[in-house]
Amino acid sequence: MSREENYILEMNNITKLFPGVKANDNVNFSVKKGEIHALVGENGAGKTTLMKVLYGLYDKDNGEIFYNGEKVNLKGPQDAIDLGIGMVHQHFMLVDPLTVTENIVLGNEPRSGIILNQKKAKDKVKEISEKYGLYVDPEAEIRDISVGMQQRAEIIKTLYRGAELLIFDEPTAVLTPQEIDELFEIFKSLKEQGKTIVFITHKLQEVKAISDRITVLRNGKSVDTVDTEDVTEEDVAELMVGRQVLLEVEKTEANPGKKIFEVNNLKVSDNRDIPAVRGVSLTVRKGEILGIAGVEGNGQTELVEALTGIRKIESGKVKVRDKDITKFDAREIKRESVAHIPEDRQKRGLIMDFNLQENVILGYHDLEPFSRNGIMKYNNIADYTQKLIDEFDIRGGGMEAKAKNLSGGNQQKLIVAREFSQDPEFLIASQPTRGVDVGSIEFIHKQIIERRDNGAGVLLLSADLSEVLSLSDRIAVIFEGEIVDVLDASETDERELGKLMTGSTIDAGGEDSGK
Amino acid sequence: MDTIKEMLSLSLILASFRFATPLILAALGGIFSERSGVINIALEGMMLFGAFAAAYGSSINGNPWTGVLFAIIAGLMFGAIHALVCVVFKADQIVVGTGINIFATGLTIFLLQVLFNVKGTSPMVARLPFMRIFDVRFSVLTYVALILVPIVWYFFFKTSWGLRIRSIGEHPAAADTLGVKVNRWRFISVLMSGVLAGLAGAHLSIGDGSAFVREMSAGRGFIALAAMIFGKWHPVGAFGAAMLFGYAEAVAVRVDFPFIPSELISAIPYILTIVILAGFFGKSTPPAADGEPYTKGEN
Amino acid sequence: MLEVKIVENRWDHIKSMMTNFGISLLSIVVALIFGIFFILLTDQSPVTAYQALYHGAFGSFSNILNTLWRSTPLILTGLAFALPFRAGLINIGAEGQLLMGGFAAGVAGYVFTSLPGFIHLPLAILIGMLAGALWGGLPGLLKAKFGSNEVITTIMLNHIAIALTINYGINKLRTSSRMATPEIEPSAALLRFKEIPKHPIWGKLPFADIFTNPGIRLHMNFVLAIIAAIILWYILFKTTLGYEMRAVGFNSDGAEYGGIKPGKSMFITMFLGGAVAGLAGAGEALGTHLSFMSGMDAGYGFTGIAVALIGQTHPIGVIFGGLLFGALNQGGLEMQFAGVPSEIVNIIQALVIFFVASLQILKMYLRKRKEKEGVE
Repeated sequence: MSREENYILEMNNITKLFPGVKANDNVNFSVKKGEIHALVGENGAGKTTLMKVLYGLYDKDNGEIFYNGEKVNLKGPQDAIDLGIGMVHQHFMLVDPLTVTENIVLGNEPRSGIILNQKKAKDKVKEISEKYGLYVDPEAEIRDISVGMQQRAEIIKTLYRGAELLIFDEPTAVLTPQEIDELFEIFKSLKEQGKTIVFITHKLQEVKAISDRITVLRNGKSVDTVDTEDVTEEDVAELMVGRQVLLEVEKTEANPGKKIFEVNNLKVSDNRDIPAVRGVSLTVRKGEILGIAGVEGNGQTELVEALTGIRKIESGKVKVRDKDITKFDAREIKRESVAHIPEDRQKRGLIMDFNLQENVILGYHDLEPFSRNGIMKYNNIADYTQKLIDEFDIRGGGMEAKAKNLSGGNQQKLIVAREFSQDPEFLIASQPTRGVDVGSIEFIHKQIIERRDNGAGVLLLSADLSEVLSLSDRIAVIFEGEIVDVLDASETDERELGKLMTGSTIDAGGEDSGK
Repeated sequence: MDTIKEMLSLSLILASFRFATPLILAALGGIFSERSGVINIALEGMMLFGAFAAAYGSSINGNPWTGVLFAIIAGLMFGAIHALVCVVFKADQIVVGTGINIFATGLTIFLLQVLFNVKGTSPMVARLPFMRIFDVRFSVLTYVALILVPIVWYFFFKTSWGLRIRSIGEHPAAADTLGVKVNRWRFISVLMSGVLAGLAGAHLSIGDGSAFVREMSAGRGFIALAAMIFGKWHPVGAFGAAMLFGYAEAVAVRVDFPFIPSELISAIPYILTIVILAGFFGKSTPPAADGEPYTKGEN
Repeated sequence: MLEVKIVENRWDHIKSMMTNFGISLLSIVVALIFGIFFILLTDQSPVTAYQALYHGAFGSFSNILNTLWRSTPLILTGLAFALPFRAGLINIGAEGQLLMGGFAAGVAGYVFTSLPGFIHLPLAILIGMLAGALWGGLPGLLKAKFGSNEVITTIMLNHIAIALTINYGINKLRTSSRMATPEIEPSAALLRFKEIPKHPIWGKLPFADIFTNPGIRLHMNFVLAIIAAIILWYILFKTTLGYEMRAVGFNSDGAEYGGIKPGKSMFITMFLGGAVAGLAGAGEALGTHLSFMSGMDAGYGFTGIAVALIGQTHPIGVIFGGLLFGALNQGGLEMQFAGVPSEIVNIIQALVIFFVASLQILKMYLRKRKEKEGVE
């Protein structure tokens, strides 16, 4: 609990409770002025909560916060902003129909009375943009600009308010490896200008690449704070999980059989009628896992929705076991033994207000033994649910519990249990371990490999490159709605995939013709 | 042929302004509420109560401007109920809106009995001053409505307050993280919608006539909602839509169609609204956070 | 992250039903208390007023039966709101659906002059239900196909129905100075309880004489309403159709993923909702007024919304809500005689809506409290 001059921030014994959860349990966190400090932990370790307490979005239940040596009481974001703390959230806090400038100055607008001074606002934005090398288009509307520019707008937002300490929550989640490099350059530039940076992540390579010190949280408690150069990725992983972690998934060689799923020149549009999938062709064989690597927003969502019958297919063909299912609806596709783990479990995968029983039959509710002649058979459903709870170790309160009361990992296990128990011949798994604790991740990975070993074909979509690399037998890279290349998993790595994900192609000589 | 000539006559077009006035005012009110993220289907009830309050206020001292004041207060009262239950108690906004409409219907008839001792129509009261243009009466409130359109536009798009209200209707969490007090602004916006709907009611009872008649709002609050939707929640768009509906009402009242019975002409504004909502005039998207109560920290 | 098991089982289910019941009860009591303020405005004594209210509703056997009579259309319009609500739709159109049903049934009642009773009556009822169903199905279809906001479309259809049936329909078809369609044939009339003693079949029952009072206005549609509630309850909670409706109501994206077509559920619930509202109208036409009369809707459509909310949008709860509001309406008449305008009943009904809606947050608060206790 030192109050040395060079600590810009000290958070001592912070405790924060939520219904059913102790998100922060006596956490200690200190940051030196001018450093880049990584705050790491698994999903649900309490990192975001801690920073939201700092930023005044949550009220702490216990503990003290010192900023620049003085005790502070943060009752809302305005207090944090006044102190010089700025936060760039994981899910951008940007208002879509407003312009970059409007978003940046909102709440702190240059004005005379209540009349906006739009010129002054734009000038200020340009000034900061140039000073820190953060290129943005001040007049553009948020919904029209790239993710990278949106992030830069968020950064300018904090600098506009005089932030000295910048907090970044999972800033690289939506960026390609190249964009991540650019972001780290920005970090360095900010550091040179005297700013202090805290960034939250669960990606260990990043931590090693850019941070000065690392604090690890686990299960709501602070575990340790170390100097980056003194530790390896494995050391940090062990601190995060509390035991030795296998960063690689163990699996045997694939033994692929004949074709089970085929996509031919598929074209699909998004909600704004803009082409999102622009002529994708794929094949998956029985007993193999085809991974699709790509930054989110390159057509994966629309592709999966089209393959599962939720979205209209503009042109092209989809076949299961040589049967043309292009015009099939969601129910018919499911009946062809095609199971689907959706990327958004709360929106698509579950009915949060239904209990476990009613969720476990979703999509199969009109089949025996769950119903007969349109009448539900709840006794059979109850038995089936209990079986799945036991088999898949779904925790959260029994079969009458509502899905919304389960943790993310258990919700995902519920979906996996439901889909896998139908013994599908083909499985589409979209971001299957997003937001899931490491224990459940291991479980789900094992289940997917087991399915594959039993002869099922698997199409895996994931933004997590290490997951794609460790699970897949073959990898297809998607960029702007097209498949850029298909490679053998054992013959490629993250660097190469990262380049392909941004659209550059590798020609025969190993040189990349960059974009 | 004569019918067409009648439909394009100047007096009919001027009459449209008269009929559109309550729609413009109420639609502008709806925009305030919904742009901040609160659905308000109680414009009808607020208008009805405002109409009654205006007649009552005018009857107290014979001064119609007292009536206008009373209408504003009535609008504030009902707006406060809506704001309290929807923004503070976070209740279902459509349900509350329906409740206010039922409340207004019952309350106005009840007060007719208690305050005026009558069953259906209040005694005649002093009405607001008006000008005659080509045989059409233009009440003061019509001018107020017309002036308010550009004022409201300027408010939303050129002032800081308008920027804040727009942001909390689209992404309240983003505004919250910048220190904008989401629920306070929503409360104020809903109050504003009450005031404007109340004024719309004042036009019905003492602007266009000289008495309050039971249930005199006759669904105009809902047509105002439709105008707001058709106008894509934009003051000028809503104005245009309100004028269109005002024109339809004027036609229904003043023009005799040889082939359509007059009772059915009155249904035209309602039919037109449905046609619009079936998407024949393009998609209408409300503010993104419309209808969702905001709780701090739920992002 | 430390997690707490929130154990949910049958007991919790019952506790939550009791909380819902408690909220409804509390809302009614608070609304009645607020009603005192309005009664005082009329210079009457609240005690006398509420006594009149109680007596009018429950004070005698015929009053009780009349309470049941008044509940009938309310139960049905309550169902008309509750069912689509479960599928995520807000049906404000029960008023118009009721009018269309009443008009169609009233016309069917007099237009066929030589049909035997056992055909004419069911036919007229079915025609009424069909008219209401179509009037409800239309906005359902618009919502399913075009995403049209059903709140607005149903409200618009209410006004169109008024123009069609009352302004135009009655004017065209009436044969006397009464603002109504011609009186229906006896073969289309619903059995009225006061006729039971004289009835060739029912009159033979041992207790038939208790219905001799000519002031009894209860008719068979009450029984049909209860049956309708039970049928809808069964559909909603025991069939795959109901499962799909509820899934769509909670999360139409998730339902779509599960192979359910949200549009289908939306249309069916609106169709069924319109049908029961149409039945309400048919009942009033064939049982109460023996014709389609101007003013027969009496705001039932909107009151039905309050009924549904009090009943927590559960078909069986709606029965109780309907009985309560029916009692209020019935008692309101007697309050009128005691010098308090009957519109106070509308005011009380609106207050009930506000309080039920507000108290939902109490439910949320209680739940958060319970969960927090589990952590320590």
